[in-house]
Amino acid sequence: MRIQSFRYVMLLQLAALIIATASAAPVPPQPPPVLQKAPPPGNSVRGADIYEAKCGACHSLDANRIGPKHRNVFGHKSGSVPGFHYSAALKKLNVVWNAQTLDRWLRNPTAMAPGTAMGFRLSNGQERADVIAYLKQQAQK
Amino acid sequence: MIDQIKSRRRMLTGAATALSAAGVFALFDRPSFGAAVSGKKAGNASQDVQLLNAALSLENEGIAAYQIGAESKLLKPDVLKVAITFQGHHKQHRDDLIAAIKRLGGTPVTTKPVPEYAKELNAASLKDQTGVLRLALKLERGATNAYLGLIPSLDQSGLYVLAARTAADESFHAAVLGQVLGDAIPEKAPMFG
Repeated sequence: MRIQSFRYVMLLQLAALIIATASAAPVPPQPPPVLQKAPPPGNSVRGADIYEAKCGACHSLDANRIGPKHRNVFGHKSGSVPGFHYSAALKKLNVVWNAQTLDRWLRNPTAMAPGTAMGFRLSNGQERADVIAYLKQQAQK
Repeated sequence: MIDQIKSRRRMLTGAATALSAAGVFALFDRPSFGAAVSGKKAGNASQDVQLLNAALSLENEGIAAYQIGAESKLLKPDVLKVAITFQGHHKQHRDDLIAAIKRLGGTPVTTKPVPEYAKELNAASLKDQTGVLRLALKLERGATNAYLGLIPSLDQSGLYVLAARTAADESFHAAVLGQVLGDAIPEKAPMFG
């Protein structure tokens, strides 16, 4: 009887040790990062709807609100909309907003300008392209 | 019989010791363990303060928008009652955000005078109840998406719930407003995010 109990104890302890070892196992090496694909072509009509639904809480084309106004932002330097109080991060960002820079920005703004007040990420690449096409269109009017 | 009981005790004690050790090791191995215990995570709290202050600005604007709607005399009494209730929710969101910002050691942004918000939101163009509700719907829908899109940028994991539950409230507001306006239920999901 004692031998059987001892076996149970040993088995349980072994199982617990396996669980502990598995939990503490090092993370397997990650594959190398895949090169970013070129942004897909955008559609400004879809972009207008996405802009209103996903950007419209903070932004308008013609009024500075939580974020700066966006008409003519495409093709202009970052942090340059008159009358808007930018964070220090945006003041020193120093890029021109084009399809590439806007795609980076919308994908992960805090990575592009650490310290920015904009945390919203537009994770869908097609939606980013559509919004960028819309902003480009609004800069041409 | 006594031997059997002693043996069971030893077995249970041994297993409990081993499992406790396993559990402790497993917990310490998780990077979020410290955060779960202390409510903080080694990271950039000042970045989170910036992001939460932007959300606070959003709530301040929402509160002002409902104030503008309530004072417009364009809303029917039953709709006005709902608008004031929704404004109350936004005030609670505001207070939650202020508390979170202070916990992180930040300074909450202050609100602006209502006429400034009215100008920014082009409130002068509102001519009827439908116009007021359309503006409210746009802001609520946008706010839902804003909170959902904010979550991956937050550093402190404890803030994910704050952002997610606020997003849920905003989506509730959007659903009610859409219903009042007679908008069709969206056929595609996900509707937000």
